[in-house]
Amino acid sequence: MKIVEGLFYSNDHEWIKVEGKIATVGITDFAQSQLGEIVFVELPDLDDEFGANDPIGAIESVKAASDVLTPVSGKIVEVNENLEDAPESVNEDPFNAWIFKVELSNESELESLMNATAYKEFTA
Amino acid sequence: MSNLKRTALYDNHVKLGAKMVEFTGYQMPIQYEGIKAEHAAVRSNAGIFDVSHMGEILVEGDKATEFVQYIFTNDITEQANNQVLYGLMCYENGTVVDDLLVYKYDNEKYLLVVNASNKDKDFAWLNKNNSFGVNLTDKSDMSEVAIQGPKAEEMLQKLTNHDLSKITFFTFEEITVDGKECIVSRTGYTGEDGFEIYSYDIINIWEKLLALGAMPIGLGARDTLRFEATLPLYGNEISDQINPIEASLGMFVKLDVDFIGRDALKEIKENRKLKSAGIELIDKGIPRHGYKVLNIDEEEIGEITTGYMLDRSVALALIPVNYKLGDIVYIQVRNRKLKAKIVSRKFMNKNYKK
Repeated sequence: MKIVEGLFYSNDHEWIKVEGKIATVGITDFAQSQLGEIVFVELPDLDDEFGANDPIGAIESVKAASDVLTPVSGKIVEVNENLEDAPESVNEDPFNAWIFKVELSNESELESLMNATAYKEFTA
Repeated sequence: MSNLKRTALYDNHVKLGAKMVEFTGYQMPIQYEGIKAEHAAVRSNAGIFDVSHMGEILVEGDKATEFVQYIFTNDITEQANNQVLYGLMCYENGTVVDDLLVYKYDNEKYLLVVNASNKDKDFAWLNKNNSFGVNLTDKSDMSEVAIQGPKAEEMLQKLTNHDLSKITFFTFEEITVDGKECIVSRTGYTGEDGFEIYSYDIINIWEKLLALGAMPIGLGARDTLRFEATLPLYGNEISDQINPIEASLGMFVKLDVDFIGRDALKEIKENRKLKSAGIELIDKGIPRHGYKVLNIDEEEIGEITTGYMLDRSVALALIPVNYKLGDIVYIQVRNRKLKAKIVSRKFMNKNYKK
């Protein structure tokens, strides 16, 4: 199971890459392998504001729909529209198939997330 | 998962790397290679399914025919020996105990094949209604494997001297497959030609069919295949809350014979409110079992019974009978209302050999 160093990780198996005030969010290799073949990604609307752990969209496998939660509060500033035509890229390359970018409204929330080492233990 | 039951093929599934899940008290494979690849293999080649969790109940006695007719919605009076009939068992109010296949050996012997999730309930229901003095024997310890797809007959024929072309659509024979005694019927749950094989000795048959090129198929693709072929699933299209007339299974309900629930179903037919309709999403999304169907005024009119994204996003829904092909409805998907239209329930052409 691939885990990338230098990212934050949530209990809901999302990875979070922080650059300045912008957090880029996707799901982990562990998450995609649990979900199975992903056939649809429901993206949030731009400029919508969410609190930490709010559902912002969904990832759907053949069998089931799973909510995508934002691990941090803020405003949606970009979504990965490529996933509308190629949802399978979340299976193929989960750490590059980012889902959305959020402008952090409360950077202290990052402290409650895991680093790569902690996430590795979490999924062990 | 230690207290769960295993089928005779459990080790074979693990060896194939199947993802195992709990299903109705059994550890069953939900997928091997992947649902989409497995679905495609059954449509283009052949797939094998371990369906040993299904229930089999033997009915024997002088009045076996009277008994089976009493609990079964289809008309068995014209059923030939070695013929298989699909139908339902209903409660007095017309809702469904289970759907099942009835295998007729002769007037005094039938085999009922019922859903795994219902078999204990079914056995109790049959016993409760056995005022005919028949013997009911649970044969659910038998294994069952289905082989389905355009290459099914060719592959299975390599394991038996019996001419499989003689086993016509919805008939069965007791024959030898790979040296083992089996019941083999030309039946299935995919919309493809194929067979269901019942035996107490199934492991070598499974392994040999794999070696002949059949792909192992898990419960995931079993559901997408049966859905695409518009075959109902108990708990989705039918249930103890849904009757077969309104679920659009009227062709398997023969109201001129007497059975439990007939009077209620007659009334329901005359005053029918609901039907099973096909739905295709116009907006992007996937309609799932249990999602609400809304009219253009956003009032709830029904519910999705099964839905998938196959080559398009389609579903079966229980909605009022007055909706017609092309009518626009909305599906409540989480916090969104997605636009959809009523389409034919025929999502594919079935490839049966009749």
